[in-house]
Amino acid sequence: MADRDGHPNGSVRAEHPLVADRLVGLDRQVASTKPSVAAGWDLPADPDKGPSVVPQLADVDVPPELQDEIEYRMSLYPDPRSAVMPALKTAQRHHGYLPPLAILQVAAVMKVTPAYLSSIASFYDMFNEEPLGRHYIYVCTSVSCHLVNAKRVYDAIVEAAEKLGLEDTDVRAFECLGACDMQPMASVDGRYVGPLDPSDAPELVLALREGRVPLPGRGLDDPDHMPAGAGDPPPQEEAP
Amino acid sequence: MTETNLRLLKDIDEPGLHTIDVYERRGGYSALRRAVTELEPDEVLEQISEAELLGRGGAAFAMGMKAGFVPKGDTDNYMLVNADESEPGAFKDRVLMQKTPHLLIEGCLIAARAIDAVQAIIYIRGEYEHQADILERAVAEAYERGYVGKDILGTGWDLEFVVHRGAGAYIAGEEMALLDSLEGKRAHPRMKPPYPANVGGGVYQGPTLVNNVETLCNVPYIINFGVEEYRKLGTEQSTGTKVVSVSGNVRRPGNYEVPMGVTCREIIYGLAGGPPEGREVKCFLPGGSSSPALTGDEGLDLRFDFETLEAAGSMLGSGSVIVVDDSQPLVPFALRLAEFYRHESCGKCVPCREGTNWTVKMLERIDSGEATPMDFELLAQVQTNIIGNCLCLLGDSMAMAVGSMLEKFRDEFERHAEEARARNEAALVEQSAPELAAAPSIGPM
Repeated sequence: MADRDGHPNGSVRAEHPLVADRLVGLDRQVASTKPSVAAGWDLPADPDKGPSVVPQLADVDVPPELQDEIEYRMSLYPDPRSAVMPALKTAQRHHGYLPPLAILQVAAVMKVTPAYLSSIASFYDMFNEEPLGRHYIYVCTSVSCHLVNAKRVYDAIVEAAEKLGLEDTDVRAFECLGACDMQPMASVDGRYVGPLDPSDAPELVLALREGRVPLPGRGLDDPDHMPAGAGDPPPQEEAP
Repeated sequence: MTETNLRLLKDIDEPGLHTIDVYERRGGYSALRRAVTELEPDEVLEQISEAELLGRGGAAFAMGMKAGFVPKGDTDNYMLVNADESEPGAFKDRVLMQKTPHLLIEGCLIAARAIDAVQAIIYIRGEYEHQADILERAVAEAYERGYVGKDILGTGWDLEFVVHRGAGAYIAGEEMALLDSLEGKRAHPRMKPPYPANVGGGVYQGPTLVNNVETLCNVPYIINFGVEEYRKLGTEQSTGTKVVSVSGNVRRPGNYEVPMGVTCREIIYGLAGGPPEGREVKCFLPGGSSSPALTGDEGLDLRFDFETLEAAGSMLGSGSVIVVDDSQPLVPFALRLAEFYRHESCGKCVPCREGTNWTVKMLERIDSGEATPMDFELLAQVQTNIIGNCLCLLGDSMAMAVGSMLEKFRDEFERHAEEARARNEAALVEQSAPELAAAPSIGPM
């Protein structure tokens, strides 16, 4: 892991931004809490280190259920390597995120190098190499939701999560989740809820904290929730 | 829109349509039975070609022609369904997969039969967890009934079927990147040719037919009712119906199935209820966030089909209409749109990686009042330098949308920057010389 504080690109520079930094917007980037690039990108490579090797299954302690699941996934494809993403997802569910041990376990079962898996895990948004939480709230703030004030919903949820002490949950502004018919909306562990109002935020957070289903009746597939459209002919009086 | 015009969404409100029992009761899998037992693969292909079914994913490439490129005989062919619907504003595939997954599976099987595939794969985006669960159950049911697997319907044709979940990358929905992603790599677009349908070009080097969900959902109808019946709706070049996702500033956002060729006004005002009370349509993106914007005046009376929208300088794309009403400032909207593409750019081609980044930075400057007059020219120039210079269309998508907005609403962009600058100056005066700010203003300031 890079020592961000000691590095010239770390917090020192955020406190005393150069004029040039300000011009290109680097001061804001440095000051943001989430690094814009993966940690360690600026460390020098070690030429004495040997090439990355495929870990042997015998050397790594892999939980049997994890191994079974990954091997099952591999068996579904003509080329077992297609199972990289499902396997990482399984490991992420098992560990809560993808620590180096999880990567090592998947690598041992799939017979690929950990570096290769890491390159995949860092590319796709839904893999976390940092412990962000077992649960997630992805609030859509993309183009359509932006038009109906999704930013305010997101801010309200972040605020409620902080105030109510919601733990083990990754609250994130996300790109389009494909449910603009219930805009603005959020995905809570894969369950789509909407349309949301900033005033729904405390209830949503509270339900998640207590392990209840948040906002019952307003999920996408709830029996009494009928998103507009879906082939309904519009009411006659509003037709042109 | 009358009941009879509904094809894909005809039974969408039927409870339990996602189960195979209900689907079969509504006449499901009869098209597959016909395609497998009564028709030769070439005849199936011929029917799809004659129907001139155009791809509904965005590129509008004729499905029959695409399937015709796939060689038959010595190769292992693959049928790949692109269900990685991640374009902002698009949610038609989600409804189809969630409500009527068997329609997709049936269409996919018929197409797989036409190209003599050995394996069918549905690549569904990772965020659609619920829909992927439904699809997986549906595939399992289809296996049980013998529609998928070994010796399908007693014809000796074998086909394996798997649902593959993505992990949150818009670029994976690009045809060539989809192949890489499915092979377990980073989703980077490949160089064309070879095209996916060519030997060595597709997934696992095999010829692959890649189709969008909605495209395949049209196939059972063609086989069931024939080409002539299919072409009764739609226009000469854009045949059939289209599921339109309407979102943004409208009263009833949602999915609506319309025959190709209805006017945009009918979709935005008639079906989706138009913008909220007292508002007008400032502009709309007729084909999702990737399509050039049309102003309300020029676009509302256009017919909604591939050829008309293309002639008007925009595109039908995935058929996702995003409506912006006149209360919305366009600069933050364009900025949000550009941020999406910056986030999703895979970084392989420089014009896209740098262009999306600089577009965001310049729009931020315009938004915050730091822009100079040169920035507008530069912004327009960056857009033209992205278009046509990358392996895939991700950068072009942003460039077309942002470029068209800048071109058509240049005044508003400049006014926005000017107003922000005036605000900044007033704030600066307030901060450094409060006595000046409190004094009654003299002159135009």
